[in-house]
Order: sequence, then C-alpha cells, then structure tokens
Amino acid sequence: MIFRRKPKPVATDPFQPVTPRVPRPRDPVAVAPPRENPEKMRLRAERRLKFTAACFVFGFAVVGLKMGAISASEAREPRTGGLAGAGIVSARADITDREGRVLATNVTATALYAQPHLMVDPVAAAEGLARIFPDMKVDTWTRRFTSGSKFYWLKGNISPEQQQAVHDLGEPGLLFGQREMRVYPNGPLASHVLGGARYGAQDVRAAEIKGVAGVEAVFNDYLSDPAREGAPLRLSVDLSVQTAVERVLASGMGLMNAKGAAAILMDAKTGEIVSLASLPDFDPNDRPAPATEGDPGDSPLFNRAVQGVYELGSTFKIFAAAQSLELGLTNAGTMIDTQGPMRQGRHRIRDFHDYGPRLSVTDVIVKSSNVGTARMALDIGAARQKAFLESLGFFAPTPVELTEAPGARPIVPTRWPEISTMTISYGHGLSASPLHLATAYASLLNGGTRVTPTLLARDDAVEPGARVVSPRVSAEARHMLRQVVTRGTASLMEVEGYQVGGKTGTADKPSPTGGYYDDKTITTFAGIFPAQDPEYVIVVSLDEPSIFAAGEERRTAGWTAVPVASEIVRRVAPLLGLRPDFDPRADSFGAYLTQAAASR
Amino acid sequence: MTEIAHGAVVVLPGEAIVSRWWRTIDKGVLGALVLLFAVGLLLGFAASVPLAERNGLQPFHYVYRQAFFGGLAFVVMLGISMMSPHMVRRLGVIGFFFAAAAVMLLPVLGTDFGKGAVRWYSLGFASVQPSEFLKPVFIVMTAWLMASAAEPNGPPGKSISFAVLVVIVAFLALQPDFGQAMLTIVAWSAVYFVAGAPIAILTGVVACVGLAGVFAYQNSEHFARRIDGFLSPDVDPRTQMGYAIDAIREGGFFGTGVNEGRVKWILPDAHTDFIIAVAAEEYGLLMVLFIVTLFAFISARCLIRLCHERDTFIRLAGTGLTVLLASQAFINLGVAVRLLPAKGMTLPFVSYGGSSLIAMGALTGMLLCFTRTRPQAEIGDHLLSNGYR
Repeated sequence: MIFRRKPKPVATDPFQPVTPRVPRPRDPVAVAPPRENPEKMRLRAERRLKFTAACFVFGFAVVGLKMGAISASEAREPRTGGLAGAGIVSARADITDREGRVLATNVTATALYAQPHLMVDPVAAAEGLARIFPDMKVDTWTRRFTSGSKFYWLKGNISPEQQQAVHDLGEPGLLFGQREMRVYPNGPLASHVLGGARYGAQDVRAAEIKGVAGVEAVFNDYLSDPAREGAPLRLSVDLSVQTAVERVLASGMGLMNAKGAAAILMDAKTGEIVSLASLPDFDPNDRPAPATEGDPGDSPLFNRAVQGVYELGSTFKIFAAAQSLELGLTNAGTMIDTQGPMRQGRHRIRDFHDYGPRLSVTDVIVKSSNVGTARMALDIGAARQKAFLESLGFFAPTPVELTEAPGARPIVPTRWPEISTMTISYGHGLSASPLHLATAYASLLNGGTRVTPTLLARDDAVEPGARVVSPRVSAEARHMLRQVVTRGTASLMEVEGYQVGGKTGTADKPSPTGGYYDDKTITTFAGIFPAQDPEYVIVVSLDEPSIFAAGEERRTAGWTAVPVASEIVRRVAPLLGLRPDFDPRADSFGAYLTQAAASR
Repeated sequence: MTEIAHGAVVVLPGEAIVSRWWRTIDKGVLGALVLLFAVGLLLGFAASVPLAERNGLQPFHYVYRQAFFGGLAFVVMLGISMMSPHMVRRLGVIGFFFAAAAVMLLPVLGTDFGKGAVRWYSLGFASVQPSEFLKPVFIVMTAWLMASAAEPNGPPGKSISFAVLVVIVAFLALQPDFGQAMLTIVAWSAVYFVAGAPIAILTGVVACVGLAGVFAYQNSEHFARRIDGFLSPDVDPRTQMGYAIDAIREGGFFGTGVNEGRVKWILPDAHTDFIIAVAAEEYGLLMVLFIVTLFAFISARCLIRLCHERDTFIRLAGTGLTVLLASQAFINLGVAVRLLPAKGMTLPFVSYGGSSLIAMGALTGMLLCFTRTRPQAEIGDHLLSNGYR
C-alpha cells in the first residue's frame, strides 16, 4: 500500500488480492522471487532521469541554436533555404587542349523568372508567355501566378530574341537573371575526358556551374576558384589528334561490327595522355541521364578506356618475357619448350596453332605462344610475377585525373596458385583497364622507368620514375615487339616510316553466367612507335568485333584491332610531328642497343 | 513501514486543501505553463486570423475559443493537481479503459473531417481527438504496471504493459496517426528506461534500429530519397518547410512586428503545426528562444524533481508524462527548423486546438500532482552521499 489516506487498508492493486494467498502444497517455492534492492533501483532511476533531462535540455538547446542560425542568415531571392554564406561564383575557367585550343568555355545566358506579386496583370502575362514559349500552358501559369507565391523560375536559358519579346510584354513581374552557361564547342569530342557540367546553386544574379564527371568534376574547385582569375586549365590532350583518333576508331568500330571501342595515345616518356577515346560517346552539352537499366558498361557515359576492366589477353606476354630477361633466367635467344598441351592439374594450356616443340623467347612473343609464356612464368614464380605486375601498376586504380578512375580497380585473383601464374602471364585471370595497359607499356618500353598517366599538360621536364627494368631489357623487349609487327601476328600494323612495335591480345569475354563465350572477344593492340626510341604508346581495344576476312569469320586482334590501330598511327604520327624514317638500318637491333646505351 | 512514513502528502493538522496545495505544488512549472498559455493566446491573435477569415468568422473568433478552452484546461489541471497521487492513479486507470475504448471505436463512430485519417469524434460544437486523452492515461497505466512489477510477488507488469502498448500503437497506426503512435512509443520507452531496462536490451534496440535504418537506406529508394532530401541543405522554397524557414529568417532577432507577418497567410497549418514560424516572423528570435526555454525548463525541472522521488509509481508516471510533453514540443520545434523530417504535431499549450488543450491540461495536472513536494528521506540521501550506509 503506497498512498494511505486512512488507516484502513485499501486494496489498490487488483493483482494482489486482499486475502493472503495460501501456497498450494505441491508448489512450495511460490514465495516472492528476489527483487532488486529498492534503494539501488532508485539510484539507478535517478541516474537515468538525469540522463533523460540532459537529453531534453540538449535537444531544446540545439533547436534554439538552429533557430538562431536561421534568423541570423541572410535572406536571398529566391530563398533557397539553408544555403547561407558566400555568394555564388558563376565564373569558371576554360579548359583547353595542349595547344591552347578551347575544349570547354562559358557563354553569357539569360534566365527568366517571375515575381507574381509584382505583376500588373498575371493573366495577360501568362498569355503573353504562352505566345513566346509554345511549351508554356496559359492555364497552368495563370493559376501559379495567382496562387500567392512570390517566385517562379520560368526558363533557364533564353535567346536574345526571346528576351526582347518578354521585354515587350511590359510586365514588371517578369524579370531576367544573368548567368553563365558551360559550352563544349567541339560537341562529343573528348566527351569522356571533359565529362560535363550542370547548374548547382542558383539565384537570380548568378548560377554556379558544377562539374559532374571527368576533369570538370575532378578540377571543379580549381576551375571555379576566383583566385586563379580565369586562367584556363590546359590538358595534355591534342584536339587534332583526338579528332583523328575518334574518327578512325568510329569507322573502325563500324567496320569491325564492334559494340564498343576504346583508344589511348600516351606520351611514352611523360605519361601525358594525348588522346583518350571511348565509343559510344555522348555530347557533354547535353549529357544523358545515367542508364537505369541494362549493363552500365554499355552506356555511352561509360568510359571504356578508364572505367572498363577487361582481360587483356596476349598483350601481357611481353611482361613475362621482359621479366624473364631482367631476372637473367633467359635471354632473347633461349629456346623454350612449347610442346602443348601443357597440363596443370585439371587445366590444359594450348596454343592457337601448334608451333612445334621449341621456340626462342623472341619467337614465343612473335608467334604468341601461351605454352611458352606459361613456362617462363613458372620459372619466374608467383611472388616475383606479382611484384613485377604491381611495379607496373596493375594492382591499383590508375591515378589519372578523371572521376571514373578511382573506381576502376583491376580485378586480381585473391589467391595466386600456379595456374594463375600461368594464365596471367598470357593475360587471362587478371582484368585491367586499357589505361593500365598503356601505362605499363610506357613504363616497360620507354627505357624502363615508371610513368604516371596524366591528363594535364606538362611543360617542365619530367623526372623519370622508379626503374622497372634495365634499359637493355627494355630495348630487347622493344625489339621483340617490333618483330611481332614485321613477322608476327600484327603484320597489318606496319606503317611505312614509323617503325611500330606492339603486341596483339584476343581474350574471350567472360559470360555473366560463368565461363567464357566462344563467339565474343575483346581484342586489343598495345604498341609503341617508333619502336627503337618510343615517343608514344598506343592502345586500341574493340569490344565484340567480328569481320569476314580472307575466307572466314575473324575475331582475333590481328584482324580487328590491329588494322584500326595502324590507321590511327598512319593519321596521327604526322600530326604529332614525327618524321618518318625510311632507313632500313633503323630496324636493326643495333639501333635499339644504341638507344638503350643513351638512356642509361 | 517506510511507505507509510514517506508515501503520503504531509498533512499539517487543520490545513486547508488549497493552502496545502499551494505549499507543495511546483510553482516554477506552474508559472511556466501559465506563461506558455499566455504566449499561445498572444500568437493566436496573429496566427488564427487567416483561418477565421477563410471560414467567414470574425477575426478573433478562434482566440476567444482558445481562451475559453484554455480556461477549462486550467480548471482541469488545477483540479487534478489537487488530488492525491493515489486518486490520480485510480482515475487514470479507469480513464485509460474509457480512452482506449474510444480510440478503438473510432473506425466505427469517428469522422475524418475530409482529411483522410479517422481521428476525431464530432460533438457538434467541437471535435474531440480521443488519442490526445489516451496518451497521459496510458502512461499512468504503464507506470502502475511497471511499479507493481517491482513489488515483491508483483505481476509481470513490464510484459503486460508492453502488450498494452502494442495494442494501442496498432490502433493508432490504423487511423493512421503515426505521430501519436511514435509519441506513445517514446514515452513508454522512457518509462521502461527509468524503470530499469537492462542495458543489454537498450543497446540491442538501439543497434537494431540503427541497422534497420541503414538497411532501409540501402535497399529502399523511397526511404533513401526522403533521407537525402532531408539531409540536403537545399529546401524547396515552395514547401511548407520552405515557407517556415523563410519566415524564421524574415523575422530575424526582433521580428517584423505585430501583424506584419506573411507566413500565416500562406501556411494552412500556421495556427497549429507551424505556430513557431508565426512567432518567429512576427516576434523574432527572442520570442522563439523564450518558448524553447520554457519547454526546456519544464522538462528538466520535472525530471530533476522526480530524481528524489521514493515511490516507484510516481517516479515512473511523472517521467512518462514529462517525456510525453517534452518530446511533443521538441518534435514540433525540430520540424519547423528542419532538425527532424516533416511530421505534423501541435505545440503543447501554444497551438490552437480545443480538445488538445484540455488533454494537455489533464496531462500537466497529473504531472503537477506527481511533482508536488513530499518528504523523501533526504537525510538518507545525505548520509549515502557521504559514504555512510
């Protein structure tokens, strides 16, 4: 009994009858279960009550502070709520190519907005607007103008003629806002590099332009930093080279019936990307919405050169060969057992053709023998192979200045059994982007120092990066790649005067249900030119190409990616200012060694 | 014996009821409540005019109504606060069964006034929202059950009250009235918390809610959009929220001046859910801070007073009622400043509303009754705090 006004006992608790309960004999332990000490309970309750009180005081304090913050903030028109603070920066620097040609710039635009409470005749205003802008409905806008609201955006960008027509309506409640509009004068050219922009915060005096992808997004703050006073951002891309690459790639993609294509042209010494193309592409002036269905990898927004990670096939073989040379396990002439098929557990490795029992290391590359490469890789061993590929950048996303780059992490096996060592040596079981491949080729073949891919023009001399292989091995690798073109699988690559060297790669596409398609491939050509002293690395990749040539359906790189790459080199080498060299001695091994000695 | 010694209100021989009441009542909280009601009337002069105009009544019609119901509410409040806790408990538990029945009969007899949720009984001259009355008596019921669970040989009060909670919340959600359902859950949880909920259960529940939130955010696009919209700094200036924020900013520190505000003409709920926006616009930040301080003072003072309460039932019931009042105020204010996602809820004593005022009167009456000064063996506390046991 807790509250007692009269001495008479009152039953206040219906669960406790007034008459004492008589324990039944067969239930002798029905005594009160031990309860907590009431004093302890009270102290705990006291702590918890204080905690609750503190919570509420804190909550109300936050409400008060927030109120104060809102009260103290500046009212703006339109009032976009919590956006307080500095004004909107609408200025945004241009983006140019390496020669200073404009890739992205701003033009002045006019926005139209309405303040219905200032209107003389809202109905006439709505009718007049409907005459000027056929998409505006009289009923809708009459209703909105008379609804008591004080502000409406009507049009984001209107032409001077439309502006004059609105002026002529003579309605004081229709007003114009100044703003800048981002324009990409070259249309879809270099669209994946530039990305695109949209309006961020906007009010009637200005509108902020925000990059949504590509360099526009990565350098967003840099481009709109007033302290830079509009100095343009100079990219390493060359507009004319980019144009040639995209044109050739587009026609090649059509010719080869491919559903996508990517090409990268990179300066072999500095890592500057002179051209980066991915097809299908889009117009950054009218950037499409991200695809909500289907494979995002097929969207025009998808950057195949940077975002797409693919098994790149036999283009990887040169890494095994070069490492084998570097470690002194073989030299270029060492004979390798190429008798196939090679068994490893339940796996069998075989070659496209049977190349006989033995081939020299050079010929393993020239003829593209899986078995020969796998044997070299087994001698190298998993640990050293892993370390070498890591030094070439295959274990991390590329550091290129695109928003898409950090997401494109190569897919490497978590465990690295011997079978992985063997398959990765010829480019299966490890997926990387074409940009990874271009970077690795540049690092391996420019004399053996690591390059960092970049989209920014570099004016100052670039410090050579960490050494990957010796200049001598680099020269030998170049010589092997040159022979792939002169007498191997990339014979269509020969461009008179520009000694191109390179390696083809044909990989079956993995099917989403597991296993590989037998009629869908990704074909890649990765190469350098001129081979004895490479200035540029080129990577061309086609997705699901197929062409009927020389009497059968061809899906290998030699028939698909190589002719496209060769046409690109033929067009861009003169644009890049390379002098053709028709001296036959340029192809001798001596020329390579001279170069190796010079770069030492 | 201890219960007898300190359980009852001290009766000085021959003392009158009112004099005893005045001596033991929490005058601070009582004063704060009177101030709140006065502020509500003052704001009603501003906020309810557009409503009266819309309904073709004379401008201050709703102010007079508010004053009338406010008077009634104070009579109820004072009457209840003069009762003994014992009496309040008895009436509360009886009232609970009536209120619960009223809520349960809503689908049959209630009306929705064309607002899409069946929450009201129409009495001709006024409408009554029974869930407003159900909340405080439910708390009394809960506190009684939980307190009895702490008694030797007591019933499993916590489980029973949880079952009651589930039923009540289900009926509230059926109306649907998620705001009241949420308040009921919050207040019940507070009672359970103070009644000694095990830490394991508390952390478990918090973790579950957190996980469920993360799960919903990742898997439900709708939910994610709501949260993103709430978190984003931009407010669409054409929403209720946009207008409310706008009004607060317009008011600044000292307000635009009496009857200079615009927001009350735009917002349909200016006299109820967004009354704080009207206050901010016409009377400025000073008035808002005054209101916020009053609520913070009431909740903190009641909870602190309950700390020394010896009687479990009074402690728990007082906690639940305070939390009910404070969280309703907090949610109303938090929504108006966009600390919380939009949820319609009236500001206790300040917002216009007849039945809600009387229900608030009953709630605060009980609260004042439970926080009346009673001897609480303070000597023991002193000894304990000095380490004597």
